[in-house]
Amino acid sequence: MTKTNAKAYWKENIKYVLILLLIWFLVSYGAGILFKDALNKIKIGGFKLGFWFAQQGAMYVFVILIFVYVRLMNKLDKKYGYDE
Amino acid sequence: MTNSMMLKEAMGVQNWTYILVGITFAIYIGIAIWSRASSTKEFYVAGGGVSPLANGMATAADWMSAASFISMAGIISFAGYDGAVYLMGWTGGYVLLALLLAPYLRKFGKFTVPDFIGDRYYSKTARLVAVFCALLVSFTYVAGQMRGVGIVFSRFLEVDINTGVIIGMLIVLFYAVLGGMKGITYTQVAQYCILIFAFMVPAIFISIQMTGNPVPQFGFGSKLVDGSEMYLLDKLDGLSTELGFAEYTEGSKSIIDVFAITLALMVGTAGLPHVIVRFFTVKRVRDARKSAGIALLLIVLLYTAAPAVAVFARTNMIETVSNTPYSEVPQWFKKWEKTGLIAFTDKNKDGRIQYVADPSKNELVVDRDIMVLANPEIANLPSWVIALVAAGGLAAALSTAAGLLLVISAAVSHDLIKKIIKPSISEKSELIAARLSAIGAVCVAGYFGINPPGFVAAVVALAFGLAAASFFPAIILGIFYKRMNKEGAIAGMVVGITSMLLYMIKYKLGWLDVELPDKTEWWFGISPEGFGTVAMILNFMVSIGVMKFTAPPPENVQKIVEDIRIPSGAGEATH
Repeated sequence: MTKTNAKAYWKENIKYVLILLLIWFLVSYGAGILFKDALNKIKIGGFKLGFWFAQQGAMYVFVILIFVYVRLMNKLDKKYGYDE
Repeated sequence: MTNSMMLKEAMGVQNWTYILVGITFAIYIGIAIWSRASSTKEFYVAGGGVSPLANGMATAADWMSAASFISMAGIISFAGYDGAVYLMGWTGGYVLLALLLAPYLRKFGKFTVPDFIGDRYYSKTARLVAVFCALLVSFTYVAGQMRGVGIVFSRFLEVDINTGVIIGMLIVLFYAVLGGMKGITYTQVAQYCILIFAFMVPAIFISIQMTGNPVPQFGFGSKLVDGSEMYLLDKLDGLSTELGFAEYTEGSKSIIDVFAITLALMVGTAGLPHVIVRFFTVKRVRDARKSAGIALLLIVLLYTAAPAVAVFARTNMIETVSNTPYSEVPQWFKKWEKTGLIAFTDKNKDGRIQYVADPSKNELVVDRDIMVLANPEIANLPSWVIALVAAGGLAAALSTAAGLLLVISAAVSHDLIKKIIKPSISEKSELIAARLSAIGAVCVAGYFGINPPGFVAAVVALAFGLAAASFFPAIILGIFYKRMNKEGAIAGMVVGITSMLLYMIKYKLGWLDVELPDKTEWWFGISPEGFGTVAMILNFMVSIGVMKFTAPPPENVQKIVEDIRIPSGAGEATH
C-alpha cells in the first residue's frame, strides 16, 4: 500500500516538474533567446518584447513558477498523506 | 562649485560612509555574539530550525555577491541585451533548485553536499572527489569577495586595499568562526536588508529623475521627462549606434553562446555548495521549497532593477561625457579618474572627450564597476545615498564570503576529518576542528584578496562552470535515477570537471599556447563561460554510459533514494 502510494505520488510530482520546466524553458531560452528577434518586432511601451523577456519577464515568471510548485506540492503532500 | 564647497561635499560623503559602515559592522558583531554556535549541528546547519522567510533572506544575501551588487549593472550597461545571460542565468537556477534539488537534499538531512554524494554513492572516493570540487569552486569564488571588500574600502574611505581586506577578514572571522552557520544566517538576514536598500534607493531616485516613474523596473521602459516624448530605450539605442556601438537592445554575442552561457550559469547556480547547503537549515521539506521561492523573489527584486540601473547609468554617462570639453567635466569624473577607474587620453588633441566604439579613435576608458559605484554621484544624489552604496557593497561581499567560508570549513572538518580521516572524533573536537578550518580558510581567502593571482578574476566567472560540470549531474542522477551507481557518478564528475578545467586553461587562461587562442577556435563557438553546459552534458553521458556496464547500487542505497522522494518525516539533520 505505502509503496504504491509513494509511486503514484512520485509520478504526479514528476508531471508537475516537467510542465513547470517546460514553461521555464519557453520564457527564458525561447522568448528571451531563440525567438528574441521575432518578438522584438512587438513593442510594449518602450520595451521590445524579446528584450523585455530576456531582462525582465523571464525572471518574473521564474518566481511565479516556484510559488506555483510550492502550492501544487503542498496540496499533493496532503492528498497522499505526506504533509506534516 | 568652489573648492571649499567641494571639500565640504567630499567630507560629507566620507563621514556618512564611516557612520553607515560603522553601524552595519556593529550590527553584524552584535548578531554574532547573540548567536554563538554551541554544537556541530548549529555550526553546520544553524540547528536546522531556520524559518523559511529568514532562510530566504539569508539565501538571497548569500547568493548576491560583490559581483551582483557592484559589477553586474555595469557589465549589463556595456553588454546591452547580452547582459541577459547573467540576469536569467543567475535567477533561473533557483527554479532548478526548488523543483529538482532543495526538497530532496533537505529530506536526505545531512550537513554538506559531499555528505550527500558520499552516502548516495556509498563511496569514500566519491566523497573525496566531491570535497575536491567543493573546495575548488568555493576558493575561486571567495578570493573575489575579499578583493571586493578591499576595493570598496579603498574607494570610499581612501584606505589602502590591503587594510580593507584585513578589516573584512577580521569581521568575517568574528562572526563565521564564533557563530558558524547560525551566526552567518542571521547576519545574512541583516545584510540582505542593507544591500537591497542600498541598491534600490539610488535606483529609485534616478528613475524618478529621468523618467518620472518611481519603479525602476518600469522606468527604463518609459518616456523621458526632458520633454522630448522619446522612450528612454529608443534614445539609448540611438546614442549607441551614433557612437558606433551595437544597438543596446540587440547585443553582439552569438545565439548559441548566449544559450550556453545562460544554461551554464543556471545549472552552476543550482550546483553551488554554498547555496545548496542553505536548504539544510530549514525544518521541513515544504519549508525548503518555500524558502527557495522567497529567496528568488528577493533576488529578483535586485536583478530586475539592475538592467534599469544599467540603462540609466549608460545614458547619463554618454550624455555627460560625450564630446564634452575635458576642462568642463563634472567633479565625479575627476574623483574617479584618481582611482584609475576612468581614464581619458586626448588622441586628436581637440580638448574634448570622444567616447566611441572604434578603439583607434576612442579616448575614454571606463571600468564597468563605476556604473554602480559612481552612479549616485553622476546623478547628483545626496551624500548619504552615495555612502549607502559602500555599506551595501560591503554587505554583499561579506555575506557571500561568509557562506563560502562555511562550506570550506565544513568540507574540511566534517567530510575530510570526521568522515574519512578520523571517524572517532568527538563532537567537541569536531566543533574545534570546524572553527580552526574556518580560521584557516579566512586566512587563505585574505591572502588571495591581498595578492590576487592574475587569473582570479577570470576564474571566478568560471566557478559556475565547475559547479555545473561536477555537482549538478551527480545530484540530479542521485535523486531521479535509482539505478545510478558509484562508478558512473565518479567517472562523470571526474570527466566533467577535468574537461571544464582543460577548456578553461586553454581558452581562458591561454596556458597551453604561446598566446590566448582566438574565439574562432572555440568548440561550437562556445566561450569558456558557456563551456560548463558542454561539460555538464559530458558528465551526464559518461555517468550513464559507465553505469550501464557496472553493478547496480546496493539495496540499502536504493532505499535511501525511495526515502528522499517522500517529503514527510524529514526529521533533523544528523551526522
